[in-house]
Amino acid sequence: MDLFEYQGKSLYANYDIAHPNSFLVNKIEDLNDGFELNYPVVVKAQVQVGGRGKAGGIKLANNQDELLLFSKEILGMDIKGHLVERILIEEASEIEEEYYLSFTLDRSEKKYLMMLSAKGGMDIEAVAEENPDDLTMVYIDPSESLSEDVVTEAIVNSRLNLNHKNDLTEIIKRLFNLFVAGDCDLVEVNPLAITSNGVMALDSKVSLDMNAKYRHEEFETIENDIPIPPSEKSAKEKGLNFIKLDGSVGIIGNGAGLVMSTLDVVAEYGGSAANFLDIGGGAKAETVSAALEVLETDESVTSVFINIFGGITRCDLVAQGIVEATKGKDLKWPIVIRLDGTNANEGLQILRENPNERIFITETMNQAAELAVKGNN
Amino acid sequence: MAILIDQNSKVVVQGITGREGQFHALRNRDYGTNIVAGTRPGKGGEEVESIPIFNTVKEAIDATGANVALTFVPPAFAKDAVLEAAYADCELIVCITEGIPAKDEAEMFNLIKNKTNSKLLGPNCPGLISPGKSNVGIMPHEITLPGNVGVVSRSGTLTYQAVHELTQLDIGQSTCIGIGGDPVPGMSFIDVLKNFEEDKETQAIVMIGEIGGTAEEEAAEYIKNNITKPVVSYIAGVTAPPGKKMGHAGAIVSGNKGTAKAKMEALEKANVVVVSNPTKIGQAVKEIM
Repeated sequence: MDLFEYQGKSLYANYDIAHPNSFLVNKIEDLNDGFELNYPVVVKAQVQVGGRGKAGGIKLANNQDELLLFSKEILGMDIKGHLVERILIEEASEIEEEYYLSFTLDRSEKKYLMMLSAKGGMDIEAVAEENPDDLTMVYIDPSESLSEDVVTEAIVNSRLNLNHKNDLTEIIKRLFNLFVAGDCDLVEVNPLAITSNGVMALDSKVSLDMNAKYRHEEFETIENDIPIPPSEKSAKEKGLNFIKLDGSVGIIGNGAGLVMSTLDVVAEYGGSAANFLDIGGGAKAETVSAALEVLETDESVTSVFINIFGGITRCDLVAQGIVEATKGKDLKWPIVIRLDGTNANEGLQILRENPNERIFITETMNQAAELAVKGNN
Repeated sequence: MAILIDQNSKVVVQGITGREGQFHALRNRDYGTNIVAGTRPGKGGEEVESIPIFNTVKEAIDATGANVALTFVPPAFAKDAVLEAAYADCELIVCITEGIPAKDEAEMFNLIKNKTNSKLLGPNCPGLISPGKSNVGIMPHEITLPGNVGVVSRSGTLTYQAVHELTQLDIGQSTCIGIGGDPVPGMSFIDVLKNFEEDKETQAIVMIGEIGGTAEEEAAEYIKNNITKPVVSYIAGVTAPPGKKMGHAGAIVSGNKGTAKAKMEALEKANVVVVSNPTKIGQAVKEIM
């Protein structure tokens, strides 16, 4: 789960990572409340998209009048389709040098990867492309810790300012601690800066591993603070993996691979999917009813394709869920069902015993896709 | 032959007293798999349908000679369970558990690699089956047929779809393996491909990938240089919208790789037959065998 800058910085606070004093603003009136920052301050749009500076979403205010002016300007601004609903007001510091630092998991090496560069504050992808020597890449074995020597070596190799070696080592180690102990998928700081107020992380791009939610109380608070479309919200509450798409064939399946593949097959038959909805492994009847309820809230759906290949999921439970959700109902759209795998015969039996004139059972994935696309027109 | 498991494999089920653990242990035993033991701390000495339960994997191995562990332990305890099996010298550990934090996966992968001789399949995978011999996982064995095609996949249910397509055309399988779709899977495509290449029974290979990561591109490179058997492949997610990427670290690491198109092109360059729809896998295998 990708965080806003201010959320990443709240995690910096938890892990003692130096960052500028700041104040979060949701509406202009908030500026009157307990505001104790020293000018100049930076007004920063909180959006999850790159290039906000160029789009006018970051401004330096030298006094209260400018702060008010820029805050009004940036709140409500549209940056590449993202509405600015929050701004972060931050004490500006005089920047002496800007570096780049990130920690992520390299899936092919199966190790953590630290990337460090003296060329921060700019497009780091271009640096990696054009001057790969300016980007130091260090692999860290996840079964070991990050030693001070390794950090020092990276600082030296990246030609960072050695007058600040100790402070840099300390902040890098703390950021690594946030990455590991904080169960982050990504911690990226650009710039990590040497300022008149010391070494500081001036920006934050943090992404959380939600599989670790059970051991981090703060994850839930952070999650609730990130706006998502209403249909995705209701799906999430029901434990479903749902993503809204542009088409009109509602898709329900089990397993991300099979659902993705269902999208592809529907496209082959000339249709397009209204959503991606994975009921996961081992779904019970309630899960399937909940999935159908989620699709009911989506006006763009004109037919539904339920594609189940039972393994840990049992087709009889899926069939039960379908029957519970549809029995005696006038369905808004036709439902095409394909069941195979664990307890498929029992599942088909249940569906046949509870017929509904808008429910169609097919033998194969292709037939089902064809019918769902047709039912759509 | 088959790879990794056969009729001689002896399986200990970790978490056998849970709903899924029990259901699949019994189902696999009915299929003919040697389910010799189960574990559940604190329940040693009890039984599940005459399968003896032990407190630890070590005790189970000492008493029964088990060499394969099948893990259904919940995410919060899965890392410890897998490591326990590895430190007890289990040859193969198959971890079905879904939802393990990436940090736990990365740590246990490297500990197993650095400190033990065990092989880990998964986590978040459907396990593996050598049809007619042994089923160590949650795959529906009804859809399999003994034969000569090796199947390997990152996706669970999509593996079933592929196997089903083969069986419908009377094409049997030597071993079907789901390596799991998590960030740090134990065995990779390459590990499994190597086993299939060495296996006399396997005559052709089906490899099913999906968008994200670079595992398919790496497998393509390996196939080009090391695999002499014909390979058919399908990549799921051609029409999936690209996920929004945050930060630049991921982009620097993976570059242009990761899309379905990039994966399909890499595989085609390695002379792999790439099909556009999983239902075409059976026919494509028939044509090359």
